[in-house]
Amino acid sequence: MANDFDLSVDLCGVALDNPVIPASGTFGFGREHNEFYDINILGAISIKGTTREARFGNPTPRIAECRAGLINSVGLQNPGIDAVIAEELPRLRAIFHKPIIANISGFSVDEYAECCAKIDREQQVEIIEVNVSCPNVHNGGMSFGTDCKAAAEVTRAVKSVTTKPVFIKLSPNVTDIASIALACEEAGADGICLINTLLGMRIDTMRRRPVIANTMGGFSGPAIFPVAVRMVYQVASACKIPVMGCGGVECAADVIEMMMAGATAVQVGAANLKDPYACKRIIEELPHEMQRLGITRLRDIVGAVLK
Amino acid sequence: MYKKGTYRIVENRPLTPNVYRMTIEGDTQWITRPGQFVNIEIEGLYLRRPISVCDYSQSDITLIYKVVGRGTEAMSRMQAGQTLDVLTGLGNGFNADIECHRPLLVGGGVGVPPLYRLAKDLIARGRKVSVVLGFNTAAEVFYADEFRALGADVYVSTADGSLGVKGFVTDAIRDKGIDFDYFYACGPLPMLRALCQACATPGELSFEERMGCGFGACMGCSCKTLTGNKRICKEGPVMKREEIIW
Repeated sequence: MANDFDLSVDLCGVALDNPVIPASGTFGFGREHNEFYDINILGAISIKGTTREARFGNPTPRIAECRAGLINSVGLQNPGIDAVIAEELPRLRAIFHKPIIANISGFSVDEYAECCAKIDREQQVEIIEVNVSCPNVHNGGMSFGTDCKAAAEVTRAVKSVTTKPVFIKLSPNVTDIASIALACEEAGADGICLINTLLGMRIDTMRRRPVIANTMGGFSGPAIFPVAVRMVYQVASACKIPVMGCGGVECAADVIEMMMAGATAVQVGAANLKDPYACKRIIEELPHEMQRLGITRLRDIVGAVLK
Repeated sequence: MYKKGTYRIVENRPLTPNVYRMTIEGDTQWITRPGQFVNIEIEGLYLRRPISVCDYSQSDITLIYKVVGRGTEAMSRMQAGQTLDVLTGLGNGFNADIECHRPLLVGGGVGVPPLYRLAKDLIARGRKVSVVLGFNTAAEVFYADEFRALGADVYVSTADGSLGVKGFVTDAIRDKGIDFDYFYACGPLPMLRALCQACATPGELSFEERMGCGFGACMGCSCKTLTGNKRICKEGPVMKREEIIW
């Protein structure tokens, strides 16, 4: 049956066999999930968020259970850009032959630019995803992604040193997501990825203390799916550049809904932690769901509700 | 190697008022060492619940867990015959092949279960095994007889003195003059710390942390060690004493 259905999509000239991409931070550098299934079934992989320096991240506990999701405050633990290029990318390339999306974070505009320039030279990487949810250490710690000017400044700096398609990954913790996305588009972004996690908090009522050592963290999981669909819709309505949708996707029906909202490709995050087979299951479910909805070419439904 | 599978509950019964033993039936080939854990999907909860493996055979896995929250509370209500979605073969586990003659196993509360299979494996290798089990009070004590039945020398400590040595595991080790040349430990952090302060013997300790995935993908349970950052779920939960940063 799978042959009767075309799952392929084009993301800024990068051909994907299907639109399903594990989201950065939920899939490491692919090795752990490759123990469960051959990860070459995926459309692409967005690798663990990378910074200039190696980072341990935040103190533990940095995971909290929620109804229909979880809070994490991992804090961008990663081995640093040089180690990612020297060690992680070759190891991933040895087991994965589909497009790799590098996810870059920074705490200053210079750091973003430096890391993106380095990763841009790596042949294995096809798309650069810039996470602007990090705090700007030069501006009172306010997140780059919550301010049009700062988001545009990062976009411009990254675009000036790269040749590959650049997607800006936006935080949902803003008043007007469309204006931030538009600012990135005007600054030269090739695409928008959204949403990152929603700021959340849980309290251990027995201990009368926050569950997360860092008090707050990023909330993800199926609970945020409607918020993600809404924001994908808003951004796809406002912008001309393609959108990667992300947030609470758990099944093939969610992928199609996100695409109808305007996403060209769809990232799966928290579901990879609960069910290591989540992406594989979703990809295998897609033809059935397409048949049910009378879809033969998945790319035809992108932005269906915008038309 | 680790895998996901479906398991059928064979038995689920209380050992003490809030500690339960569950036996599940299914593929156990991915469990290769004592001290590894499984991660159990629980209906209505988002994250799986990691539980250490107490023992395993070719066809079943024994889990002993304490009811501490919604996940374990839900587990305590499960019935024989129900099926569970479980990841098995997780974590590094204890190294039973360490060259030693008289290993000491130290368990605190719900840290006791993974030491059971370890004791079995060590005794099978001809080691003279001593076990110290620490609890708060006599009513919480479990598995002392099971360890004795394996042929281990078993000592119990209770904080209130209602059974065995009054005090902590370190008091029992000192009072009983236990002679050992290597130790394996699992229990609350203060117990592990006290143990390392009280003895200079080499050893290995099992740690716990809130986990996201349980198989190394999310970096939720990382810790710093003298040999670099480690994921409790992947490079742990067992660490050598010399690499731990207290």
